[in-house]
Amino acid sequence: MELATLTGLTMAIPLAAAVANPLLRRQHNLRDSLTLLAAVATFATALAILGRTGGESSAPMRALTVMPGLDIAFAIEPLGLMFALIASGLWIVTHIYGVGYMRGNGEKGHARFFAAFSLAIASVMGLAFAANMFTLFLFYELLTLSTFSLVAHKGTAEALKGAKTYLGTLMGTSIGLFLVAVVWTYTATGTLDFTPGGILRGHVTGSLVPVLLGLYAFGIGKAALMPFHRWLPAAMVAPTPVSALLHAVAVVKAGVFTMLKVGIYIFGIDFLAETGASTWLMWLAAWTIIAASVIAMQQDNLKRRLAYSTVSQLAYITLGMALATSMGVLGGGLHIATHAVGKITLFMAAGSIYVATHRTEISQFDGLGRALPVSFAAFFVGALSIIGLPPLAGSWSKWLLILAAADTGEWIIIGVLMLSSLLNVAYLLSIVGRAFFLLPAEDTPQAWSEAGPLVWGPPAFTALLCVVLFFQAGAVTDFLVPIAEVAP
Amino acid sequence: MSGQAAGDALAGHAAGAAEAAAAAERALGLAGHLPVLVVLVPFLAAPLAVLLGARRLTWPITFAAALFSLAAALSLLSGVLGGDAISYHIGGWAPPLGIEYRIDAANAFVMVIVSAIAVAILPYARASIAAEIPARQHVLFHALFLLALAGLLGVAATGDAFNLFVFLEISSLATYVLVAMGAYRDKRALTTAFSYLLMGTTGATFFVIGIGFLYMSTGTLNMADLAQIIAQQPGNRTIHAGFAFIIVGMGLKVAMYPLHLWLPGAYTYAPSAVSAFLAATATKVAVYVLLRFLFTVFGPQYTFEAAELTWVILPLALLAMFAASFIAIFQVNFKKMLAYSSIAQIGYMLLGIAMLSQTALSGTIVHLFNHAITKATLFMVIGAYVLRAGGAFYRDIEGIGRVMPWTSAAGVIGGLSLIGVPGTAGFVSKWLLVQGALEKGWWWMALLVVASSLLAVVYVWKGIETAYLRAPRDDVDRREAPLTMLVPIWIMALSTIWFGLSAEWTVGAAGTAAEALMSGASELPISGGAGH
Amino acid sequence: MQGVSWEYLVGHANYWLFVTLMMTGLYIVVARGNFVKKIIGLNIFQSAVIMLYISMGKVEGGTAPIFPLDGEIDPAITYTNPLPHVLMLTAIVVGIATTSLALALIVRIREEYGTIEEQDIWEAEQEISARERRQYGEVFGEAGK
Repeated sequence: MELATLTGLTMAIPLAAAVANPLLRRQHNLRDSLTLLAAVATFATALAILGRTGGESSAPMRALTVMPGLDIAFAIEPLGLMFALIASGLWIVTHIYGVGYMRGNGEKGHARFFAAFSLAIASVMGLAFAANMFTLFLFYELLTLSTFSLVAHKGTAEALKGAKTYLGTLMGTSIGLFLVAVVWTYTATGTLDFTPGGILRGHVTGSLVPVLLGLYAFGIGKAALMPFHRWLPAAMVAPTPVSALLHAVAVVKAGVFTMLKVGIYIFGIDFLAETGASTWLMWLAAWTIIAASVIAMQQDNLKRRLAYSTVSQLAYITLGMALATSMGVLGGGLHIATHAVGKITLFMAAGSIYVATHRTEISQFDGLGRALPVSFAAFFVGALSIIGLPPLAGSWSKWLLILAAADTGEWIIIGVLMLSSLLNVAYLLSIVGRAFFLLPAEDTPQAWSEAGPLVWGPPAFTALLCVVLFFQAGAVTDFLVPIAEVAP
Repeated sequence: MSGQAAGDALAGHAAGAAEAAAAAERALGLAGHLPVLVVLVPFLAAPLAVLLGARRLTWPITFAAALFSLAAALSLLSGVLGGDAISYHIGGWAPPLGIEYRIDAANAFVMVIVSAIAVAILPYARASIAAEIPARQHVLFHALFLLALAGLLGVAATGDAFNLFVFLEISSLATYVLVAMGAYRDKRALTTAFSYLLMGTTGATFFVIGIGFLYMSTGTLNMADLAQIIAQQPGNRTIHAGFAFIIVGMGLKVAMYPLHLWLPGAYTYAPSAVSAFLAATATKVAVYVLLRFLFTVFGPQYTFEAAELTWVILPLALLAMFAASFIAIFQVNFKKMLAYSSIAQIGYMLLGIAMLSQTALSGTIVHLFNHAITKATLFMVIGAYVLRAGGAFYRDIEGIGRVMPWTSAAGVIGGLSLIGVPGTAGFVSKWLLVQGALEKGWWWMALLVVASSLLAVVYVWKGIETAYLRAPRDDVDRREAPLTMLVPIWIMALSTIWFGLSAEWTVGAAGTAAEALMSGASELPISGGAGH
Repeated sequence: MQGVSWEYLVGHANYWLFVTLMMTGLYIVVARGNFVKKIIGLNIFQSAVIMLYISMGKVEGGTAPIFPLDGEIDPAITYTNPLPHVLMLTAIVVGIATTSLALALIVRIREEYGTIEEQDIWEAEQEISARERRQYGEVFGEAGK
């Protein structure tokens, strides 16, 4: 098949699943198996793209001209391909888990849920393969809208409030700041194509560069940079599969992915380094890393704690871009992958605990480890990966970021990264410690056990992935090297 | 009108033998009379529909007339997209003495908008008015609809300032009655129609006074002729006075904040089909007239350098964008919310005018179109809600997303376009406006434009929350809207998406129109011989 | 006021008439509460415009613009400009249509509201909207506002 056809298929297949779901409202098994098939097919298509291009960048493929000079176009490029592979691969796992979770938990509106979920995946695919800023922006907004209905899914007052914060922050930043930044870029340069080495050199100068970067950095609300991070904890009212795939992987990674794209292909790493425009962003990211970790420590609700942990971890990736070195970008790109598998493990383990016990607060977890060994073991592995201990995936990306900070001589940043790892230990491992070493509370029934293989299987599998990725990290970095070597 | 009338091509820049041949050809066939037929057919169909008296024939006649106008407008537009203009002399009398119909990209575009909306709304109106207006009035409804349509098309087509006033009043008078027809549901339609009449007539009279002043100093009523003579008389105070009167008069018709007071009531209490038609066309045509006078007759130089109109229009536009959006948030009636949102959207159009650049002006013109289809979608959705749920208050439509999924989904699309989400028509115009602001270096303006979109997020969200996230009421008719309503609604909804994803045609046409307006009429040569 | 001479005042008599009529009409439209009086004001306002046009068409020493039947026009004769008169014929037609429509509306308003005084109608409508707010406003928790 043509490359363009394959690229189109990665969006068309989830889209078809999104259409099929409401049509098959009553046939539960058929519907869920079809969606699983779609997930596998999407992943296979992404793999086929990988096989065909071998990670080489392709020329843009124009789908539609919106206005003269503004195209909807797609292109294959290592960072985007990696993102697409992660999202579609984890979609398979999450879908299996989601079916188990939604059924095991007796949630309502399955068809609507999985339709919106598939639509979100379709948007992520479009975003990953976008060849210009305009296309990326289009799918960015589509992603917000499709996930919004997932956040509001339960329809309770709390869910509505969360959904309001979600939509308000993401729409507000993207229309209020991101759009202005995009139009500004277009007005200044006359193009929005992602070009290695950036397009802004010579068009925007002086103090305007950090201002434009600021519009992007805050406008990309999905990157959850403080102070626009509050939507992420608010989104935790959604069913756990949503939190797992979308708010640990797809949506938030779409944010930092966009951030990296902006840094690499719009500004250009060298341009950022020369102008020093991203220095302030580096300090803001460092602040977000520490502050979010501190807030996470104070959360008793498990999902909220994980949400703040995500805010902190996302700032790593922004930091990698803001360091404006090849190594930093590489570390940031790798962290997209490593954090994805780590955090999805944590979320799915959290959901597995919830389905089995209906407990959401960490203070209620005392002694649960013996009843739910697989869930907590998976949680433990995920936590170690997030902290960055070998032999788990997270250690590599953190290592690269530290190297990058050392390259630029930012010793304080190294300190921040170290401190953050310590804080991670404090707020993640304490949960595991409670579950395994404290005695169960008196009201805990003895009969509790794991909720079923559909629920505990996926987190166990992704925990395994954390280990595999540690040994295969070299392959991923080799794959990503082209994005970091873009000399103008 | 006389059969001797002749069409005459106006070659913009490359007048040559080819154009002359084309002009001769146009003069012969029916096609040569299209500029007047586009207005005349609906105009004559109106009394025909009444006089035939057969209720069954009314709708087909009305629809056929509207369809003809659409086809004619499209063919006219395709003829002028290259930047030429068509000049048609009524009765063969040459301008400036005779009345000239002058079609260029700007007004052909407006005529396409108006007639296309009419064609889309008429099938929809059948079911809608059946529920809202007694059957004995249906014939009159259609006749008035045709008159309003003919008036609006005439305003767009004519190149004669006084003729424009006459058509403006034809459409306005028909509109007042159409609004008053809402009285079968809510008696406030009557008082609304009355105050609309007072304000509309005052506005039109101001306009005609302005025309009088211009005639006094120039001795002509032909707009192209006016433009040339005005350009030769800088500093003429009579012309200044005429300018002021025309701006205020059209400001009333446009519903330029704070001259907007007639609009919320008129849109709220009119029958749903009328609201949809009005919201999509009436103010749009008024904006066109404003454009025509500001740019063609007075010329950008006069308007923005001598009169410094930018600093008059700009604050009013911003005020509209923010104040009206803010008021819209606090409405309890969906229709009224949309009405205030319309005022805010008119603010965008005025903003594009005030910025005075090719890009921003294209934004204004393309927003005429995009907002027309967006608002038509939304008002048609409301009409379907009124039919089934019995009212347009938020209370009436609680949970209706589950009862009427198709209608509501179209409503969501319209709402997204109102916000300006990428992929919808509203985004395209907003993009051009922001780009226009940034090109001028007015970054604060760009921020203000997007900030007011955020207010739209709030009121659209209120609608979506009500329709989707609440339990449906028990006492509503639990059926989807009839197909005759759904199909037009979805045609409109899909076109908001289509023109959001593939805006080359609209942006291109608007760009041509903007170019023609910015260059002023003085560069376009006046046609010579007047046919027979 | 040095430049304002007697000739200036008298020479522009038609404009003073126009301004006075126009302002009177507009004032009545705005200030009078009775709908019929408003329409009378509107008529005066429109008459002012007619005066303006008619007087501007007058050419000094000109006669009525009627061509001789044989069509041979004597170039020595000055004619008054007929165009404004023709325009005003149209304007009068429009004015009559507006007036009759307004009067018809007033009849219907009187049937529905029992009054044609602006103040009374305003109060009646305020009452209706207050009731609507009470009834429908609570969707967003703002009942009674």
